[in-house]
Amino acid sequence: MTSMFDFFGGDMARRAESVLDFARRRLTGEFTVDPFGFDEELTENVLLPALRPLYRNWFRVDVRGIENVPADDAALVVANHSGTVPVDSLMTQLAVHDEHPAHRHLRALGATLVFQLPVISDLARKSGSTLACNEDVEKLLSSGELVGVWPEGFKGVGKPYSERYRLQRFGRGGFVAAALRSRAPIVPCSIVGAEEIYPMIASADFLARLLRLPYLPITPTFPWLGPLGLVPLPSKWTIEFGEPIPTDEYPDGAADDPMVIFELTDQVRDTIQQTLNRLLDGRGNPFF
Amino acid sequence: MSRVMVVGVARYLGARLARLLAEDPKVDHVIGVDVVPPSADLGPVDFVEADITTSAINSAIARSRPDVVVHMNILATRADAGGRVPQKEINVIGTMQLLAACQRSETVRKLVVKSSTAVYGASPSAPALAAEDMVQNAAVRRGYEKDASEVEAYVRGFTRRRPDVDVTILRFVNVLGPAIRTVLSEYFVLPVVPVVFGHDPRFQLIHEEDCLDSLRLATIESRPGIFNVAGDGFLVLSQALARAGRVPLPLPTLGSPVVRGMLRQAGIADMDSVQTRFLTYGRGVDTTRMREHLGFVPRFSTVDAFDAFVEARARGGFLDRERVAAADQLLRSVLGLNGLPDRASGDERGGVTR
Repeated sequence: MTSMFDFFGGDMARRAESVLDFARRRLTGEFTVDPFGFDEELTENVLLPALRPLYRNWFRVDVRGIENVPADDAALVVANHSGTVPVDSLMTQLAVHDEHPAHRHLRALGATLVFQLPVISDLARKSGSTLACNEDVEKLLSSGELVGVWPEGFKGVGKPYSERYRLQRFGRGGFVAAALRSRAPIVPCSIVGAEEIYPMIASADFLARLLRLPYLPITPTFPWLGPLGLVPLPSKWTIEFGEPIPTDEYPDGAADDPMVIFELTDQVRDTIQQTLNRLLDGRGNPFF
Repeated sequence: MSRVMVVGVARYLGARLARLLAEDPKVDHVIGVDVVPPSADLGPVDFVEADITTSAINSAIARSRPDVVVHMNILATRADAGGRVPQKEINVIGTMQLLAACQRSETVRKLVVKSSTAVYGASPSAPALAAEDMVQNAAVRRGYEKDASEVEAYVRGFTRRRPDVDVTILRFVNVLGPAIRTVLSEYFVLPVVPVVFGHDPRFQLIHEEDCLDSLRLATIESRPGIFNVAGDGFLVLSQALARAGRVPLPLPTLGSPVVRGMLRQAGIADMDSVQTRFLTYGRGVDTTRMREHLGFVPRFSTVDAFDAFVEARARGGFLDRERVAAADQLLRSVLGLNGLPDRASGDERGGVTR
């Protein structure tokens, strides 16, 4: 049988066929989602590829210490949060998936707001995110998943540019308690570059309150340039995974000891802050 | 050796359960109670006409002297009751009357209540999997969710007052299958299905046969406690619609009066805020306790239950599987892809990316 693909060779034909297979499975609903709404097939074939140009060509992410992320056991990746729009969590997900030899999916934890918003909530669940609550973290960790948390939350993403790379309070340490209960190691993760993508010079507090958002950013380009102001500045990123901090040496019941939680939280926070300082010292222009 | 009273036999599941129990060798006698005679043939089941919202239920229990009472009369949809006011009356007052009668009875030693996972509500701040002891912020509940929570609160009160009676509460996810009619089943047979734009809720289902089997298990064996009952696995709404070949119609909300009016016109039992929130945020429940302590393993997964429903009720939609397959074949032959050698299905996945 002759076909238009004879001209291009079999590779392209196979590609076309796998696209058709994918489209058919989507149209007939022949795929599975896990209890958290994670759609692995969609993530691998659509969501991650859509982000990859941003990761590779725009932010040119340099990943270090990926060997600190375990290949098949549970672990909790704890990272700094910044950038006005939480693009850093997406880039970390892609960094783990693309650079790790096991191509693991980082199951990110998001705030309630994420799951209230249309489209965003849908994409978040499909790409493997879930609500940052103890029940969900423990369930994911106990089933051996790699979980990502950004404990600074909106305090971190929504801080003014003048406070860049200064870590905010690390929540109430809920993530540490969850890791202790599941005996999963904590992998500190330091992200440099995300602070420069949307430098927030002010927040329109009145409008933010009106829209029930934690903040409404004003950047050098937004809202002045309209939709063009939504394009992130092309800073050069570095994501460094630090050495895992074990949690299985603590005695039983450590998760209910506030002192242990505070100390461990501070240890993780200090590690990330020091790594950030070191990475910043070694970095010249943020954009090259 | 045992006399079972099933309350709510005029409706589909109640009637089926009564017959099922009547055929069971471990059950001697089944008494069916409802306010109207059932349309289905109940076979050997004795039917007693009694209004559950009045003390008539008390005299029915005193007369029939059951050992086990199965409460199947908690209505999820207001259309079934004829409005929100009678729905609440039947659910809350009906349960109170039934429990009062059970408390008075000297024969009742077991109570089984068919409840619903609606007690967990549906919200963006809910954990992905609700376990049995995670019922919280009851203040925000409305409609049926509130009824279900109140019913369970009364049942807990009963458990305290009559500790000698075994009480089993089964919290079911949505029941679906070839025969049962619910708001959800009628929703999925619409030719064009209104959905909430930008939300793709997750949900679990239980096949109607599994629902009946778990109720029978709870009635015959002694398994006191509260159990979530759901089939394995999850579906998301878009996926369910694809499997049913239905075309989704995204709307900003399903809760606006215009949309509700439209849905009512289209003949669906009207959607109240409870269903609207469920179809926006979805819900997941943990079934560990069902497996380990109730000892129940559903025969049908969530997807199986949905497919059984589609096979019986929802074939021939615009995007029906066969049409998609035909279109796929056509495209393949146009592109000349049919002559390619078969590959292992393993490398199909991820093939699009790299």
